[in-house]
Amino acid sequence: MTPDVRIVVDGVPHHVPPDITLAAALLNLGVTAFRRDVRQEARAPLCGMGTCFECRVTVDGVHNTRACLEPVREGMSVECGR
Amino acid sequence: MIGTRGAPVDVLVVGAGPAGLSSAVAAADRGKQVLVLDLGLRAGGQIWRHRDEAALPRVARQWLQRVRAAGVTIASSARVLDALSPDELVVDFGGRIDRQRTRALILATGAKERLLPFPGWTLPGVVGIGGLQALIKSGLTLNGSRVVIAGTGPLLFPVAAAAVAAGADLVRVAEQVPLRTAAAFAMGLLAKPSAIRQAIGYRWAFRNTAYRTDSWVTAAEGDGRVRRVLLRDRGRSTAIDCDWLAASCGLCPNTELAELLGCAIDGDAIRVDTSQATTVAGVWAAGECTGVKGDIAALAEGEIAGRAAAGDAPGSRRSSLQRRRESGREFARRLAIDFAPRTELLHLAGADTIICRCEDVRRGDIDPRWTQRQAKLWTRIGMGECQGAVCGPACAALFGWQANVPRPPLGAPLCGDWAGALVDEDVSGER
Amino acid sequence: MSRTPDVIVIGAGMVGTMTALGLAEAGARVTLIEGEFPGGGSTGAAMGHIVVMDDSPEQLALCAHSRDRWHQLAASLPASGEHDRCGTLWIAADDAEFAAGRQRIASYAAHGVDAELVDQRGLYQLEPHLRPGLAGGLLVPGDAVCYPPAIARALTERAASQNVTIKLRTHVDSLTPHGVRLSEGGTMAAGGVVVAAGVASPRLVPGLPIVPRKGHLVISDRRPGLVRHQLVELGYLHSAHTFGAASVAFNLQPRRTGQVLIGSSRELVGFDQEINHALLGAMLARATGFLPALHQVRVLRSWFGFRPATADKLPLIGPWPALGNVWIAAGHEGLGITLATGTADIIVAGILGTTPPVNPEPFRPDRPMPAMARAA
Repeated sequence: MTPDVRIVVDGVPHHVPPDITLAAALLNLGVTAFRRDVRQEARAPLCGMGTCFECRVTVDGVHNTRACLEPVREGMSVECGR
Repeated sequence: MIGTRGAPVDVLVVGAGPAGLSSAVAAADRGKQVLVLDLGLRAGGQIWRHRDEAALPRVARQWLQRVRAAGVTIASSARVLDALSPDELVVDFGGRIDRQRTRALILATGAKERLLPFPGWTLPGVVGIGGLQALIKSGLTLNGSRVVIAGTGPLLFPVAAAAVAAGADLVRVAEQVPLRTAAAFAMGLLAKPSAIRQAIGYRWAFRNTAYRTDSWVTAAEGDGRVRRVLLRDRGRSTAIDCDWLAASCGLCPNTELAELLGCAIDGDAIRVDTSQATTVAGVWAAGECTGVKGDIAALAEGEIAGRAAAGDAPGSRRSSLQRRRESGREFARRLAIDFAPRTELLHLAGADTIICRCEDVRRGDIDPRWTQRQAKLWTRIGMGECQGAVCGPACAALFGWQANVPRPPLGAPLCGDWAGALVDEDVSGER
Repeated sequence: MSRTPDVIVIGAGMVGTMTALGLAEAGARVTLIEGEFPGGGSTGAAMGHIVVMDDSPEQLALCAHSRDRWHQLAASLPASGEHDRCGTLWIAADDAEFAAGRQRIASYAAHGVDAELVDQRGLYQLEPHLRPGLAGGLLVPGDAVCYPPAIARALTERAASQNVTIKLRTHVDSLTPHGVRLSEGGTMAAGGVVVAAGVASPRLVPGLPIVPRKGHLVISDRRPGLVRHQLVELGYLHSAHTFGAASVAFNLQPRRTGQVLIGSSRELVGFDQEINHALLGAMLARATGFLPALHQVRVLRSWFGFRPATADKLPLIGPWPALGNVWIAAGHEGLGITLATGTADIIVAGILGTTPPVNPEPFRPDRPMPAMARAA
């Protein structure tokens, strides 16, 4: 069994399984506001497969990155709710 | 070979689902150098999405082994950003952007869900049915979470089973069509004992949950995330508390890249002839992107496309491949008719319900008499990140608009990435 | 013209809707005919700047008046029009361009247009994300940006409330001595016809010296605050005004949505319907060259449109003597949004027989025109 990886979500470190997507990891951590819409309402994954762009978060400083297409990586820094 | 702006590959396949894999193997078996571009982290597409290959069904494992044995190169996490021509794509190879040239192009871009808007559908916790499945396969755990699945067609069964396996407290499965339609469809499967066995297996997996026909979501409620779903259930309104609502209304083909290339579209699918050739020379298409018909027919279509792209003469119309292709297309027609969204589903969105989730355009902002282009320019509907991939099929159902023609780039890349690939180094001397 | 003339305006782009509304407010009976829908032509593809250009004294005079009229109109525009007086910051890449900027202040001042020179330090205070090493800039605070198709829609709705008859999805086949013939059959009579059909105008008025000048644009995702002003390179005049060869120039706009609109390109290729990827690449490279932060901005979409260009860079506004009672309001190239207000004023004054606010003589459609460069 490969060891967990450490990701930092909004400044807080978490250990997550190594072979999952960032979207799954964030949902398992209880994140509901992946991004905020024009009226600041929370949005979260819808399609799970890269189509809808609802799961976009900031990954290592890169804005609007689709969490459902990103594997979790050791040391990954994520900002949600932007 | 990959993205060197140098020599082209013989065959470039976009999508590593069943159609993409079988087309790649068919072309490679004929001595062609084949590169498969896939959005996913691992080959398999949506139906064979996996984290552990050993957990896949046997047919999937066999195909993954065959594609490796055939010497096919698979580029995972590869995103097509643009098509400069049918023989040159701009590709994000997992962070490295380059052009990829090819002598033949096979589109096996699969399908996406048809998501019809209803009040509350933008709440976190509301996902597609295929979306829930994809998230589970990507590592989502549902330990004890209450899940409602509401949609239509055969997809309900595997996803319901997967939700239970992921730990969900699956509280309801709702099928929008009446019992007689679902039953007639099931009867049609009697000639395919394996399909019946599979369906029974799935139903057994969620045997503790009510599967209700003539039942559909009218609204989702919650504050900051979904907490309750309202259903119209056999003529009555009912409310069910839940933590997750998976709702959609069937699948529709992914045609964005085909449209960018100028391929003709019939209805919502890429138009192909019996050798899976599109209307653009040098471009073939196979699988769900040419009409949603399931993995068995997609494998046949992929093989036909792979052979044609490798230069084989068209096979006999009576060949077993062509028979599988035809029966698949017949199945697709049945699916589309039997599980078409009922009229009520087209009237769930209120004036205040968001239609375009990227630009927050509401139902009331749109006059159905407008043309699609008029609505886009006046309200920005379909002009956000997803370029209408979600609201396009919804608006086709609600307003009768045609498919949304995408504008490059695809997939909202970083400006620098796209620009770098477009600049012609021969001219500018840059990069 | 009679005291209450009846006029047909052809084309519901920014120029046509503004003209129809102006005529109606002046008391004319107006019919506005549009083949598709308001703002669906070049207006819908435009950047949407309301900017004072001073390529020539005539252009500067019309721009200055037109911008004043936009300022008066702004308060009555709906929010969807996204009118934003963000100002234009002209970027001087080097000392020579900075000196050129200094010269423009005087010509602006002569037309009552405020402008101020910004030194290097001031430039980076205004726009911290510009690349290092630029010389300075020229700030024109009164310039604005807007979302043109939404404004064309709003103006059409306002015109309808002023009793303008609106005929959408109605195609004019040809002009007749007393009005227009419709493609759908039948004719419509009027005392006067205003052709405000942009790049499509020469189809109705043979010999009208307008050619399509294609331009590409790209829009980003939402990055509020990345840029605060419309940004244009002072070298723009060189690149934008060389007729014939394909060219790109640095031109960015902050949109009310927080998006960044990235331009611009120019080429003479007729109504070519293909994306020119190489030119698009050069355009984006130019933009990222000035604003390196753009590298990390996501781009959602590109598109192109066709500017109605004339060889002397001035629009065609006024009567067309070869056809009685036909007026032209077209040929604005990249300034159709800016100049729509002033164009409407000139047409209204001409038709109503009142004094125009700007000398219309330089814009006479039948003026001698230099030879048109041919498509590459």
